[in-house]
Amino acid sequence: MRAFIPNYQLTTPASLAEALTLLESEPGVWKPFAGGTDLMVLLEAGRLAHRNYINIWGLNELRGIEATDTHVTLGALTTYTEVQTNPILRREFPMLCQAASETGGLAIQNRGTLGGNIVNASPAADSPPALLAYDAEIELVSNRGSRWLPYQGFHTGYKQMHIDPDELLARIRLPRNTAGLTHYYRKVGTRKAQAISKVCFAAVGKTGQGKLMETRIVVGSVAPIVVRCVQTEAALRGQRPDEETIAAACASLVREISPIDDIRSTAKYRLQVAKNLLADFLATLRT
Amino acid sequence: MNNRHTVEFKVNGEARSLEVFSMARLLDVLREQLQLTGTKEGCGEGECGACTVIIDGQIVNSCLVPMAQVNGCEITTIEGVAGGDQLHAVQQAFIDHGGAQCGICTPGMVLAAVDLLNRNPEPTEHDIRNGLAGNLCRCTGYMKIFESVVRAYKK
Amino acid sequence: MSPIGKAFPRKEGRKKVTGKALYVDDLSFPGMLHGVTVRSPSPRGRITKISFEGDIPWDEFTVVTAKDIPGANYVALILNDQPYLAADFVNHPEEPILLLAHRDKYLLEEARRNVRIEIEEQPAIFNLEDSLARKEIIWGEDNVFKKYLVDKGNVDEVWANADFIVEGEYETGAQEQLYIENNGAIAIANADKGVTVWGSMQCPYYVHKALVKLFDLPEEKIRIIQTETGGGFGGKEEYPSLIAGHAALLAWKSGKPVKMIYDRAEDMVATTKRHPSRTRHKTAVTKDGKLLAVEIDFVIDGGAYCTLSPVVLSRGTIHSAGPYVCPNVRIHSRAVATNVPPHGAFRGFGAPQSIFALERHMDKVARTVGLTPEEFRRRNFIHEGETTATSQVIRERVDMDQLLTRALQLSNYHEKRERFARENAESNGRFRKKRGVGFATFMHGAGFTGSGEVYLQSVVSAEATVEGVVRILAASTEIGQGTNTIFSQIASEALGLDVDLIEIVQPDTAHVPNSGPTVASRTSMVVGKLVESAVTGLKQTLIGSSLLPHEYGQSEFKRACAEYIARFGSLKTSSTYQPPPNVHWDDEKYQGDAYGAYAWAVYVAEVSFDELTYAAHVEDFVALQEVGRVLNPVLAAGQIEGGVAQAIGFTLFENVVWKDGRMANNQMTNYIIPTPVDIPPIRVYFEENPYAYGPGGAKGIGELPMDGAAPAILNALENATGVSFNEIPLLPETLMVKLL
Ligand SMILES: Cc1cc2nc3c(=O)[nH]c(=O)nc-3n(C[C@H](O)[C@H](O)[C@H](O)COP(=O)(O)OP(=O)(O)OC[C@H]3O[C@@H](n4cnc5c(N)ncnc54)[C@H](O)[C@@H]3O)c2cc1C
Ligand code: FES
Ligand code: FES
Repeated sequence: MRAFIPNYQLTTPASLAEALTLLESEPGVWKPFAGGTDLMVLLEAGRLAHRNYINIWGLNELRGIEATDTHVTLGALTTYTEVQTNPILRREFPMLCQAASETGGLAIQNRGTLGGNIVNASPAADSPPALLAYDAEIELVSNRGSRWLPYQGFHTGYKQMHIDPDELLARIRLPRNTAGLTHYYRKVGTRKAQAISKVCFAAVGKTGQGKLMETRIVVGSVAPIVVRCVQTEAALRGQRPDEETIAAACASLVREISPIDDIRSTAKYRLQVAKNLLADFLATLRT
Repeated sequence: MNNRHTVEFKVNGEARSLEVFSMARLLDVLREQLQLTGTKEGCGEGECGACTVIIDGQIVNSCLVPMAQVNGCEITTIEGVAGGDQLHAVQQAFIDHGGAQCGICTPGMVLAAVDLLNRNPEPTEHDIRNGLAGNLCRCTGYMKIFESVVRAYKK
Repeated sequence: MSPIGKAFPRKEGRKKVTGKALYVDDLSFPGMLHGVTVRSPSPRGRITKISFEGDIPWDEFTVVTAKDIPGANYVALILNDQPYLAADFVNHPEEPILLLAHRDKYLLEEARRNVRIEIEEQPAIFNLEDSLARKEIIWGEDNVFKKYLVDKGNVDEVWANADFIVEGEYETGAQEQLYIENNGAIAIANADKGVTVWGSMQCPYYVHKALVKLFDLPEEKIRIIQTETGGGFGGKEEYPSLIAGHAALLAWKSGKPVKMIYDRAEDMVATTKRHPSRTRHKTAVTKDGKLLAVEIDFVIDGGAYCTLSPVVLSRGTIHSAGPYVCPNVRIHSRAVATNVPPHGAFRGFGAPQSIFALERHMDKVARTVGLTPEEFRRRNFIHEGETTATSQVIRERVDMDQLLTRALQLSNYHEKRERFARENAESNGRFRKKRGVGFATFMHGAGFTGSGEVYLQSVVSAEATVEGVVRILAASTEIGQGTNTIFSQIASEALGLDVDLIEIVQPDTAHVPNSGPTVASRTSMVVGKLVESAVTGLKQTLIGSSLLPHEYGQSEFKRACAEYIARFGSLKTSSTYQPPPNVHWDDEKYQGDAYGAYAWAVYVAEVSFDELTYAAHVEDFVALQEVGRVLNPVLAAGQIEGGVAQAIGFTLFENVVWKDGRMANNQMTNYIIPTPVDIPPIRVYFEENPYAYGPGGAKGIGELPMDGAAPAILNALENATGVSFNEIPLLPETLMVKLL
């Protein structure tokens, strides 16, 4: 343990209201602390710069998975274990369940939260590609009120996002429009389990009369943020998923992502694998 | 600034009340304040599973849990797995079938296996591998660990 | 009923599964301080300034520098070139310079961050090619710690007339031992009582020897106690001398017990790893596939100080020509210096590196000659009566042919070879998973190389109690491999007593004799033999004193012990190493009987290669070996499985990312070892051929499984992809580049 623990504070509010008041009263002083699976790693390494945290783990207002006819709504504290065991999510949002089952090991899945995964804003995070492909929306709450915004566009740059210091991520909402879609999720990590993604690919698609009616394509670990490849999607609309289309789509993908070399992989590898995954996804739509 | 707080929780059935730093790791408090040294530290970053304990029926890495989050919880550590002198079936199987070599991963591995069998009394090999995926062992190559888990439930 | 060959449960198993086994970090002493090491910020240069900064109550800290060392400032081992604390010059980027101790662990880390060390940097070199090229002379006159030359016949006369000459170059990377328990030690030290250290270690007497010099104290004033040890794999062979010395220096200066436990980041960045290597082969063969000449150039990167590199190099050198017979062999090998933390012992000790090269190369030669890998090897296997590269005449029965036949059957090799060739050729326009099978045939010498065992003069004692319990006293450590259990079985067999009546005494240099280091697969075979003779001596003493008949039962034995002790005070016997007859080794020429016995093995790997992600995965693994008599089948299989899993990591996952001589990925998140999901079924089989000079017929086993997996996997990958890969770790990134 390299951190000087006495300098850190983790305070436990009794309710969401109390947490929001604390966030509002001293802007920037307090930050949320959910499952801690990202924050504690930084703490251990002596690299957790911020000192004061609000323990939101116990806030039931931020828990639970609810479904209406049109949406499934997940509390920000929903854990990976909860995601995997929810029957609606398993049926209609299998990529999210797969992402959850491939996140860390069981102990991490019991503790890590979707909200933490989103706000931690790692480009290598495994749920965001699935969430983006499902057109998720997120709710931010503060004492000023609540606002819903599309998840797409929330992240603006490496660890940059549209959230104010007094806001908490409260809920995530998924439109139940996945019937008839092909779901394709593939995490390419450093090993088969307990791995950080080198490339993470999530896509859905639908064909009609042999042509691509709709695709949503998202790639992680290939840019400062997880990328929804809108240009590639546009280029694919109305095309047959043949070799020529695949080649054109790959060329488009290359323009939308900007992978780098790091201690886990190389830019070259990430680029090539992203192209392969796109090609493989499109090939699955061919039959 | 005094960041010490009183935290109340149960460990292996026994109620505890401690003055601790709110951000202190459960792992350190178990080992240093409660002398429950059966819980091991292998990495401090959630990667190895040597520090696995069960909190409210779920396995967690105690190196990633700050004390403020333990208030009101029930914790089981390796010291609480056996019923007195009577070993848990998983423990006995680890002894009989070579599931432990150097033993440093063993407490965490045993807890993960106990938890797996609680949730899934007859796991397939696939279930066992995935259930233990967050627990790394450098000695056994895992084969005898899988076998121990199978023997524990087939008993 | 003989206990040999039975699956006795691990002796200390109950302690381990209940969390009661005490590892060094589980111990604590009243008034204990914690200690940390402040290391060099640069790979090479002169220390110009040390300052203590920040808002730290520095007067509360114990600070130790090189000036505080009471004795010699070097870690006594082979060349004694590594200082405990750099006094004015650093040679690697994690070199210890200063030690701090304080009661408060948290404050201690804060203080460590606030020590500033300034270095006037000098040019450094970070890989063996630069070292060989002498880009900079950083050690001695030529950067070479050690070299060997093995010469048999005359290779120079062969090249001109050979049908084929096949050359190849092979590389292996550094590998972290990654025992799950980090290095750690606790010391109590003062001028009056001397120095006592508890620690996680393989070799208490190595630490003892080093601390005698460090403190300039008589041997009896240094006491080293091994605590339960959470894995070693070589990583706790020489390194504990360093951390134990550091803890002891802090204890000496502060007058308090000092605990020093590395965290994972420090353990990975600062402690030893497997030596990276580069091997060149040049092989002459006849057109019908007989080896005519083998020339091998084997180089390992030793890091900044010599440490054990000469010994690692020696084993790597001797194993580099493998289980083949060839009339002309020349092996030239060197261990060279670089400005990275010293590389050290790791399971296999140089052999996995040179065997990787050889077994890849054998496939290449076979292909060149136009034979299958199998047939080519069969034409060149060594047999009883033939000579190895060091001109050692093999005197045991060896049947590599039969081992190969059986291993290929067990793995369904031929059927798979044919099926995969067919399936790999089919295409549906999508990304495929291609499959392949490959194997390696190899041997591993047990015990110290050459005259090593003779120099060691290992001793084991046995002592009886009035209750008739026999206590084994040896410095050989239980590090997970099963020493306690195996020794108990051997003693139980020799005495005809229950295993429960045998007690293994905790290694503590104050009480146990020096049975040598726990390395080199020597513990069962060499030390086990001493256990056998020590307890036999005990029995003979009782029989000789007429207290025990030749045929006796347990209760008679107990009574005899009680009676003997009542009469003579105590009953203790010792046994000292005796080399097997006809073992001769010439250290100058590097010729002769390199090892008393070899284990022989054939490993077969089946792999899949995913065209989508370029990831290779081992799908099935067969490990067949002849290791003499198997003393305990569960422990033996456990050793093989664990070794194969480590070797799979070595081959496909474990990549040390270097940045200016420092490991950049020193976290378990980024240094990738196999999880339960990454390991294939490892199917272990033994062939038994009792070795006359091993206890119960046993030979060594511990290191063997590290040798064969890497070449078998790469041979299989070549079979799957048609492309030859000659370096490990072989990550998807490299596979992609080679295949595109
Ligand atoms: C061993 C290990 C393996 C892992 N494997 C994976 C993996 O495979 N894939 C993957 O994607 N991740 C992985 N992670 C990372 C981590 O588990 C996830 O990112 C997890 O979802 C984080 O959630 P948390 O609740 O633990 O976050 P915390 O650590 O509590 O918080 C993370 C960040 O989010 C902020 N935050 C949390 N909740 C909210 C909220 N409601 N509103 C506003 N801000 C909030 C915090 O302030 C902090 O900045 C792994 C981590 C570990 C230790
Ligand atoms: S110490 Fe907690 S997971 Fe490794
Ligand atoms: S038994 Fe040693 S790490 Fe698992």
